[in-house]
Amino acid sequence: MTDGQRILCVLTGALVTLVIRALPFVVFRGERRIPAFITWLGGQLPHAAMAMLLVYCMKDMDFSHPSGAFPMLLGTLVTVLVHVRFRQTMCSIVSGTATYMLMIRLMP
Amino acid sequence: MWNSMKKAFPVTLPVLAGYMFLGIAFGVAMKARGLGMGLSISMSVLIYGGSFQFAMIELLTQAFAPLTITFMACLIQARHLFYGISMLQTYRQAGLYTPYLVFALTDETYSIVCSGAPKETEAFRWYTAVSFLDQCYWVLGTFLGALVGQFLPMHLLEGMDFSMTALFATIVTEQTLTSLAEWKAGRMPFSEVLFSPALGGCCTLISRIVIGRENFLLMSMMMMTVGFAVYYRKGEHGA
Repeated sequence: MTDGQRILCVLTGALVTLVIRALPFVVFRGERRIPAFITWLGGQLPHAAMAMLLVYCMKDMDFSHPSGAFPMLLGTLVTVLVHVRFRQTMCSIVSGTATYMLMIRLMP
Repeated sequence: MWNSMKKAFPVTLPVLAGYMFLGIAFGVAMKARGLGMGLSISMSVLIYGGSFQFAMIELLTQAFAPLTITFMACLIQARHLFYGISMLQTYRQAGLYTPYLVFALTDETYSIVCSGAPKETEAFRWYTAVSFLDQCYWVLGTFLGALVGQFLPMHLLEGMDFSMTALFATIVTEQTLTSLAEWKAGRMPFSEVLFSPALGGCCTLISRIVIGRENFLLMSMMMMTVGFAVYYRKGEHGA
C-alpha cells in the first residue's frame, strides 16, 4: 500500500466512525422510536466483533512448525488466565505480551 | 473552560492511566509494523477509537482494501450508536459543544458521562472537558509510543504488536465473564452468553480457512450479519 492509500484508509475510517457516532442524533430527532432489533443488535455486536478481531489477529499462525503457533497460543492463554484471575486490563496485556515476546526469542 | 477542566480532571484519572498505556502500546505497535508517527497521531486525532485503530494496523500493512475498512469500521464502531442513543437527550441541548461531544464519545468517555454531570458544575462544559481531556491522554500516549518506538532498535520491538492481540483477548474475556455473571443472576439465557462471541469467532475462522490470509474479513462480517438476522428471527426476540 502506498502512503497516499494509507491516508485514504485513515480518512475513510475517520469518516465512517464519525457518521456512526452522529447517526443517532440525526435519525432519532424528536420522539421517533428505536426498533427492537437495533437495540438488541447493539448489545450483541461488541461481543461478536471482539471475538472476530481476536481470531483475525491470530491469522498468521503456522502449524507446520512449533514456533509458528506456540508463542501466540501461549501468549493469548496467559492473557486470558491473568485476566480471569485479576481482571486488570493493563496487567493482562503486559503479561501476555511479555510472554509472547519471550517465546519468539526462545523459539526462533 | 479552564475551571471545568480542573473539576473534570479527577474523574478522568482512570482513563488517563488506561489511555496513556493503550496509546503508547498503539504508537509502538504501529512503529513495529513500520508505520510512522504522523500516521499514528492522525489516527488518534481524527478517528479516536481504540479497538478500531488497533485493528487498522494490520489492514494498513496489507493490500489497499477500502471496502473492508468501511465494513470493519461499521462493525467495530456500531456500539457507538447505542452510546449516542443513550446520551441523545443530554447532548442534543449542548449547542456549540454538541458536535465535539458526539465525535469524542468513546467507550471510556461514555462510562464517565453516562451517569451525568455533577450538580455544582456547568453540565455541557464539564462533559466537554471530560471528552477533551480523554482525547488528550489518547493522543499524548500515541505520541509517546511512536517516540519510544523511534528510538528503540527494531529487533527489541519485535513482538510488541502482540499487545493488540492481548487487548482483544482481554476484552473477549471481560465480556464473557460479565455475561456469565448475568447468566448466573438469571438475567440472561446461557445460549445468549455464547452465541455472539462464538458467531464472531467461528465465522472468522471459517473465512480464514476458506479465503486464505488476505481479505477474509469481509466474508466473515457478511456471515455474521446473516447469523444475527437468523438467530433474531428464530429466537424469542422475534416479533
